[in-house]
Amino acid sequence: MAFDYEKYIRPGKLPHIWCPGCGHGIIMKGLIRALDSLKLDMTQTSIVSGIGCASRLPGYMDCCTLHTAHGRAAAFATGIKLAKPEMNVICVGGDGDGTAIGGNHFIHACRRNIDITYVIMNNYIYGMTGGQFSPTTPTGNKASTTPYGNPDPCFDVAKLAIGAGATFVARGTAFHANQIDKLIAEAIQHKGFSVVEILDDCPTTYGRRNKFKSVVEMMNRLKEVAVPVKAAEKMTAEQLQGKILTGVLYKDETKPEYTAEYDKVIERAQAKK
Amino acid sequence: MSKKVAFLQGNEAASYGALYAGCNFFAGYPITPSTEVAEVMSVELPKIGGKFIQMEDEIAASAAMMGAALAGFKTFDSTSGPGLSLKQELIGMACISEIPCVIFNVMRGGPSTGMPTGPSQSDVMCAKWGTHGDHPAICLVPSTVQETFEEVVRAFNLSEKYRTPVLVMPDEIVAHMRERVVFPEPGEIPIEPRRTPTVPPEQYKPYDTSFGDVPPLAAYGSGYKFHVTSLNKGQDGFPTTKAEWVQAEEERQVRKVEANADDIIEFEEYQLDDAEVVVVAYGSTSRSGRYAVNEARKQGIKAGMFRLKTFWPFPDKQIKALAGKVKGFIVPEMNLGMCSIEVERNAQGKAPVLGINRVDGEPINPDQILAKMKEVI
Repeated sequence: MAFDYEKYIRPGKLPHIWCPGCGHGIIMKGLIRALDSLKLDMTQTSIVSGIGCASRLPGYMDCCTLHTAHGRAAAFATGIKLAKPEMNVICVGGDGDGTAIGGNHFIHACRRNIDITYVIMNNYIYGMTGGQFSPTTPTGNKASTTPYGNPDPCFDVAKLAIGAGATFVARGTAFHANQIDKLIAEAIQHKGFSVVEILDDCPTTYGRRNKFKSVVEMMNRLKEVAVPVKAAEKMTAEQLQGKILTGVLYKDETKPEYTAEYDKVIERAQAKK
Repeated sequence: MSKKVAFLQGNEAASYGALYAGCNFFAGYPITPSTEVAEVMSVELPKIGGKFIQMEDEIAASAAMMGAALAGFKTFDSTSGPGLSLKQELIGMACISEIPCVIFNVMRGGPSTGMPTGPSQSDVMCAKWGTHGDHPAICLVPSTVQETFEEVVRAFNLSEKYRTPVLVMPDEIVAHMRERVVFPEPGEIPIEPRRTPTVPPEQYKPYDTSFGDVPPLAAYGSGYKFHVTSLNKGQDGFPTTKAEWVQAEEERQVRKVEANADDIIEFEEYQLDDAEVVVVAYGSTSRSGRYAVNEARKQGIKAGMFRLKTFWPFPDKQIKALAGKVKGFIVPEMNLGMCSIEVERNAQGKAPVLGINRVDGEPINPDQILAKMKEVI
């Protein structure tokens, strides 16, 4: 029997706003399968986003959803999670939202190691505003605001998350659809701040400016550059040139989780009273 | 039983007022001259099982507070000028998404970093016009430490009653001075509970106007699944660009405050019955105003004071009524003329409005006010 996505979707809210060929829908389906595999209670699950194409995702999902201001998802989610640690709190959003305007909130959520899962849908571009370069747009690429090629170096989102203190960091791609649900499910189960970066495609505003002739070509690129971490162990530096590691990149189960630490603050305060 | 009495700073009183009102979540970011509020909350909240978090910046503090508010908590945040500027983004979202929360802003010299330890009253326009777009504004301006406690309680009540952010804005003098505070007994000041839905989850709409201009608000995690967005929304909470829905929702958001101005606006009339010259003042400046009125009376000048406790909505009706009766208004304030604009608007040319304006970090003293009174008489 085909998987029933509809029971997680709000009635009447589809079709979504995403362009034909965009990978966001693939990622949303992966997220739904992850929620389903964990049998999470949707009344106890909150999905929080900022602004951008990817940030429209919560509106389609039938749970406690919050579409906030640009970049602020992690900070809003921190409030919900600290208030109600029993809830499952998931952030979704794009690369610009999460790592440019929301970069500060993102790294501090990583640092606190608060038990939130952040799914970054990285399509290398500001799609909703028409294709301006983001902190993940590769150097030299074209965007509507880098007509002569992008002079900016870019972030490696996974490395940024690890460096900032996230305790579970994984990467997948929109091409490897069957892996997305597993990565997100493992991230949700992890006690601590978990980041799942999904490399995505934006044919409308990124692909056409950067000589991708079709969505298929963009998807094929994701297929070609992705190397599972296990496979990479057997590859030489030369073979790994231009490749991007996928799978679970980092996991630390020793660092204390923030809301559990705050419970200890309450205990200490009450013992002193 | 005698009531608990303490010698407190305005900022400390604000914290205890918040706790009295049922605050159980604080998110903040350190900033002079309001930091004591965060410090007291960090001590007191965990004792009652509440949550305190210091965020990475003022925007994040507002965000965390609003997230917790949507999870059903009564939330508080303290800041000052530059922080208030940063918070404008999410004050706008709290207005359009109708998220109750209380922001305590201690007014210091500005703009920008300005004079962090000096008093000012130059944020009062920012409280209404700081965030973009049309939106409601409630702003309370206490003038004593006792009143700071009480106005923070009232701010929580108003934010729940009208499902909107409320600002409490003492100037730095009120925030840092120490005075005797008599704590009200629990229950002595009624506490407004959040109006939560009575309909089952499947029928719930977060902006359902069949319940009036202030629709009930469910909490995340309480069994209700609903959507909140910073976009213009319909009654179901989902984004819309449908002209008639956007118009209706925006008008309702403002109306729920403006139409209830009489419930929200509080003020003190001091020696106004036969007053020919009226000082319109708020915050610490009103303390000089009171002294000046007393001195003027001794000298035979029929002076009085209209003291604002609520700055927004502005007491239009009351100032309009006075304008027909008095020879002039004097508006002393630690800015270059903000309240003056509102008084002039309401005076409608019927009485002159004379400002006394200081932005040098020094308080306005009674002599200055007295001298100005003599210009009117």
